[in-house]
Amino acid sequence: MDPVIQLKNVSYRYPVGDEQVLKNVSLDIGRGKLVTIVGNNSAGKTTLCNLIRGFIPHFYKGDLEGSVLVDGEEIADAQLGQLAEKIGYVFQNPFIQISGVKETVFDEVAFGLENLGVPVDDIRRRVEDVLQLVKIDNLRNKNPFELSGGQRQRVALASIIVMDPDILVIDEPSSQLDPVGTEQVFDIIRLMKERGKTIVLVEHKMDLIAEYADELIVLADGEVKLHGPVREVFADPSYMALGIQYPHAAALALDLQEKGMELPFLPIRDEEVAECLARARRKEGRP
Amino acid sequence: MTEIRLKGVSFAYPDGTKALEDLELTVRAGERVAIAGQNGAGKTTAVKLMNGLLRPTEGTVEVGDWDTKDRTTAQLSKKVGYVFQNPDDQIFHNEVIDEVRFGPKNMGFDEARTDELTAWAIGLCGIVKHGEENPYNLPYSMRKFVTVASVIAMDGDVVIMDEPTAGQDQVGLAILKDVLDELGRRGKTVITITHDMEFVAEHFDRLVIMANRRIIADGPASELFSREAVLKESMLKPPSAAIIAQSLGLPEGIIRRKQLEEHILAREPH
Ligand SMILES: Nc1ncnc2c1ncn2[C@@H]1O[C@H](COP(=O)(O)OP(=O)(O)OP(=O)(O)O)[C@@H](O)[C@H]1O
Ligand SMILES: Nc1ncnc2c1ncn2[C@@H]1O[C@H](COP(=O)(O)OP(=O)(O)OP(=O)(O)O)[C@@H](O)[C@H]1O
Ligand SMILES: [Mg+2]
Ligand SMILES: [Mg+2]
Repeated sequence: MDPVIQLKNVSYRYPVGDEQVLKNVSLDIGRGKLVTIVGNNSAGKTTLCNLIRGFIPHFYKGDLEGSVLVDGEEIADAQLGQLAEKIGYVFQNPFIQISGVKETVFDEVAFGLENLGVPVDDIRRRVEDVLQLVKIDNLRNKNPFELSGGQRQRVALASIIVMDPDILVIDEPSSQLDPVGTEQVFDIIRLMKERGKTIVLVEHKMDLIAEYADELIVLADGEVKLHGPVREVFADPSYMALGIQYPHAAALALDLQEKGMELPFLPIRDEEVAECLARARRKEGRP
Repeated sequence: MTEIRLKGVSFAYPDGTKALEDLELTVRAGERVAIAGQNGAGKTTAVKLMNGLLRPTEGTVEVGDWDTKDRTTAQLSKKVGYVFQNPDDQIFHNEVIDEVRFGPKNMGFDEARTDELTAWAIGLCGIVKHGEENPYNLPYSMRKFVTVASVIAMDGDVVIMDEPTAGQDQVGLAILKDVLDELGRRGKTVITITHDMEFVAEHFDRLVIMANRRIIADGPASELFSREAVLKESMLKPPSAAIIAQSLGLPEGIIRRKQLEEHILAREPH
């Protein structure tokens, strides 16, 4: 593996906190991988994102131990501006991502590219593409502050994707989206992966994770408890002890097992349940 | 207790955006209703009309026996509490406890009652341990609960929560369910906007679905989740239990995990 993000024995405490929020975290994230971080509220997911993006230690002080490397470079030694070109960060709260200096959605999405001094024609073309991709073309002339929650969340995503960074750190990008919009955003994330991006995604929606993600990192109380292929992680008995949500199909299957049904495998997608039950029946010697 | 009525309500924002067209909606006193639907459909706009943050361009909005056009936002906010979609629009104190106390104090409750309501609200919302912290140092999910607590502490007759389920883990969702139940016991009228269809299926009987500036369906969740055209127009998906039930050839109307389980156990050997 060619790790693009490496954390080695990282522990961190915020300046005003008395406990470590991340505890001895070690991780390698390979180039071109889509890695999803799950964990309960307050587990430290956003903190981990802040660290990869360099906001810790550049913006948030506090006590940081261990090392964080992006492309082999120690993040504490890098400039925040340089990191911004390499790493796009979509904030958990889309309401705070809007720059506040642009009056239309189009200009908002163009803003980052303008700052980089990209030629005007290129900017126009790239913004047009992204407005289509993220399905906000109809909002192009609206003031970014006069949008619904879900519309803002799409604009926030668009304003990062348009920058075309190698690494995307995306913190709960679908929290304000309707169910179909959620799938569309996951399709976009998949597309970014196909374009070779390394993606770190924080998400609570396990059904979507089961559908789209390769690799899962499970964070609990600031520690990485499990890290592996999605199906293996959900099937790992120690996952249950962490009290984190399962995909709905898996939760159903686990309940059925508890009631005495024997199932041949743990379904993690809705459409796998029928097959799982059919195989269970065959094993029972029924048609 | 307080009923809410929207009669022939339309609304346009100052920039000309038509956000609502001809809404008819009655939420009875003490009722619990979920509103769901497409991003940009007008959900937030509709509920902001109910507590006077916005005023209808056409039609009337009634809160109990008040016509909102005759009332100030301050008057309305005593009856109708609103938890903003974005918690940061609402939080302005440096300590959680002060944030939550502000509402009841401002309502004119005496010190003892303010203390009592504050303790009740932060207990119910599971944020007691954060009482002395700065809300801005809390993760998103906890900030949302700070705003839920500060609204319910005002003890208004109507509570509206805008996307409280966003970003919540299963503990957070269980707390929200307790909040709904407790408000119900106290006779409150509760309106919850959410994109979480499992949460709707598990905890709401009545679902209002919005799409394209209108209410396109209003009725029992178990019926609406089998209306494909409605779901399609409003960008919704049925809850997982309904999708699995369909794949197993089980009857329509199964929307909760427990129902699904019973059907499967009745049919499969175990
Ligand atoms: N700026 C800060 N100052 C002090 N403590 C903080 C700060 N930000 C977060 N914390 C604390 O760090 C812990 C982890 O927070 P973090 O935001 O990383 O959680 P999370 O897993 O992203 O939660 P959520 O699911 O709610 O988004 C929490 O206990 C939180 O209170
Ligand atoms: N302040 C505003 N000025 C102008 N238009 C606005 C304003 N706020 C919202 N809108 C527009 O009004 C419409 C309805 O927005 P609203 O916020 O009510 O949607 P919503 O159903 O709550 O969506 P979401 O699920 O994304 O939160 C949208 O088209 C939105 O762009
Ligand atoms: Mg977070
Ligand atoms: Mg809204």
